[in-house]
Amino acid sequence: MSLLEVKDLQVRVEEREILHGLSLTVNPGQVHAIMGPNGSGKSTLSHVIAGKPGYEVTGGQILFKGEDLLEMAPNERAAKGVFLAFQYPVEIPGVTTWNFLHAALNAQRKARGEDEISSPAFLKKVREVAKSLNIPQDMLKRGVNVGFSGGEKKRNEILQMALFEPAVCILDEMDSGLDIDALRIAADGVNALRSPERAMVVITHYQRLLNYIVPDVVHVMSKGRVVKSGGKELALELEESGYAQFEDAA
Amino acid sequence: MNVVAKTETGRALGDAFAVVRDRLPGKGKIADQRQQAFEAYERSGLPHRRIEDWKYTDLRALMREVLPLAPAPDAAALDRATAAIKLRAIDGVRRLVLVDGAFAADLSDLGSLEKGLSVRPLREVLDAGDAALSAQAFASDISNPMIALNGAMATDGVVIDIADGTVLTRPLHIVHVASGTAPVATFTRSLLRLGRDTGVTLVESYLAAEGAKAYQTHDGLIVAIGDNARLDHVRLVEDSVDAFNISSATVTLGAHAHFNTFGLTSGGHVSRYQLTVTCAGEGSKVETNGVNLINGKQHADTTLFMDHAVPHCASREIFRAVVDDRAHSVFQGRIIVRPDAQKTDAKMMTRALLLSDDAEADNKPELEIFADDVTCGHGATTGALDESLLFYMRARGLPEKEAQALLIQAFVGEAIETIASDALREVAIAAAQRWLEARA
Repeated sequence: MSLLEVKDLQVRVEEREILHGLSLTVNPGQVHAIMGPNGSGKSTLSHVIAGKPGYEVTGGQILFKGEDLLEMAPNERAAKGVFLAFQYPVEIPGVTTWNFLHAALNAQRKARGEDEISSPAFLKKVREVAKSLNIPQDMLKRGVNVGFSGGEKKRNEILQMALFEPAVCILDEMDSGLDIDALRIAADGVNALRSPERAMVVITHYQRLLNYIVPDVVHVMSKGRVVKSGGKELALELEESGYAQFEDAA
Repeated sequence: MNVVAKTETGRALGDAFAVVRDRLPGKGKIADQRQQAFEAYERSGLPHRRIEDWKYTDLRALMREVLPLAPAPDAAALDRATAAIKLRAIDGVRRLVLVDGAFAADLSDLGSLEKGLSVRPLREVLDAGDAALSAQAFASDISNPMIALNGAMATDGVVIDIADGTVLTRPLHIVHVASGTAPVATFTRSLLRLGRDTGVTLVESYLAAEGAKAYQTHDGLIVAIGDNARLDHVRLVEDSVDAFNISSATVTLGAHAHFNTFGLTSGGHVSRYQLTVTCAGEGSKVETNGVNLINGKQHADTTLFMDHAVPHCASREIFRAVVDDRAHSVFQGRIIVRPDAQKTDAKMMTRALLLSDDAEADNKPELEIFADDVTCGHGATTGALDESLLFYMRARGLPEKEAQALLIQAFVGEAIETIASDALREVAIAAAQRWLEARA
């Protein structure tokens, strides 16, 4: 069974249709890249998969391991194993990263009928993950993302991805706002999480990120549809010729 | 001239006062003061919305009448009170208990008082006829009708003296308990005097015994903080959600004195806390902070009057209101900087979080500045929980109520953090937690 199946998805925001029948099938172990110009609907797709309010699905389906994802609350999706790494992770003053991650992990475990993880066990786990991502301990004591640099915020997203061990990771514009060193650290973190059971959907404008996270499948989005799919060489082709050729195709 | 027609209930209270007057402690001058206070109250009756200070808290509409005076608690009442106190016990404090407005010596910790500490029931002080002390206990602003009524009717309270140079490590905890099911009113007045170079922590809490519902608590506290003394004050209103709590505190600071106060209101159907703080000595410092956590049809009003009378004083106010359902939170903060009070540094920040479309929060900051070399500022915001934060938290697996609870804790946290004592900060956090859990 495919892990994630988006079938003929149509989505509106207020009166405007953003996605006009988008389809996508992601199998375990695969890394898919979704590329496309601004306004093509890439971020809308990621938000709808995660369950962000404000989008009206007027047609189509999203299945996760065969289950209807659109029927689930955002927190249920997370507990099932859907993870969205945000393009712009929010700052939550007054809620420490420790506290937030512990509460979130336990909420997911509780939803799955698993035992809660104790504070010492959680501490040990989060320390190990933080160390592997070069995240200093004191960052975990601060408010979630408060005063973090762009790179630190993205690393914090990957830290959460590593901690929650989701089945599908959607990475929304992970490269935005990152310099080349920060990008490499983030990409290494993502690559370390690649596994035969897990799939990733990498959303990006630029081919650059795909030098670090090498995809199995590349999709080009334009005007709310996937207009072309191919292997990793498609990304290089786009870098050469730009998106203009697809604007007409859509 | 605003002539107010006397209501039926006002007349009933007049009759009630005539009946109980002779049973109230304090003769001679005190009895005269009670009479004057009662007359002052009678001239206006319950305050209503046409009086500017009571615009948002119309007691004539909300409370309608002052209930009959509570009888002295019997053994059964004391037992119920004991059970209620046990549920909210705070470790390491010296507990002083008022049940239905009467000092309950048997429920209080009066043993081995520290040197320099004196604790007496108000009734005893008044009966003993200590003229100066009695006068101080009744020296309050009777132009405020509810303070006047409190002075007229006060049956008991606690009189605490801290002798010069005494620093107490064990906090004092005044617990007000409503014991019974009958709808009655209690009137208490307490006095706390800190000598020079003293330090003490006072906790006040308001509780209901099981079954106590629609009672009225009318409380007054008078505090004098001597030169170079420090008072830390934590006030927790966890009355029954059908109860009324109309309280006032009048605090005066000497030179280089420090007053840190924090109030949390999660109980009471209608509550009003009137806090008047006067910086009367140069170099004094005031921090007044508070949190309202209310839902259902609760109405909670904090009215603060910060009076900078002398130069070189600083005051800070941080106030947070979390309002759900059809509840109504009111914060009125008035800062006066008198002509002589140069170099005053006064700041006030109040924020309200509305959790439902029908919730209401009124913030009324007022600055009256008569000195020219001062730093003063205020700010007020009202808003809902940030949807983008909620979505982020839910996308990480937190159910909506849990995500809201974390954000609410963070929102009130900034005010709770101002409590100096770690242990009492935990007590306040636990009170907020109880509210959040009841909501989930």
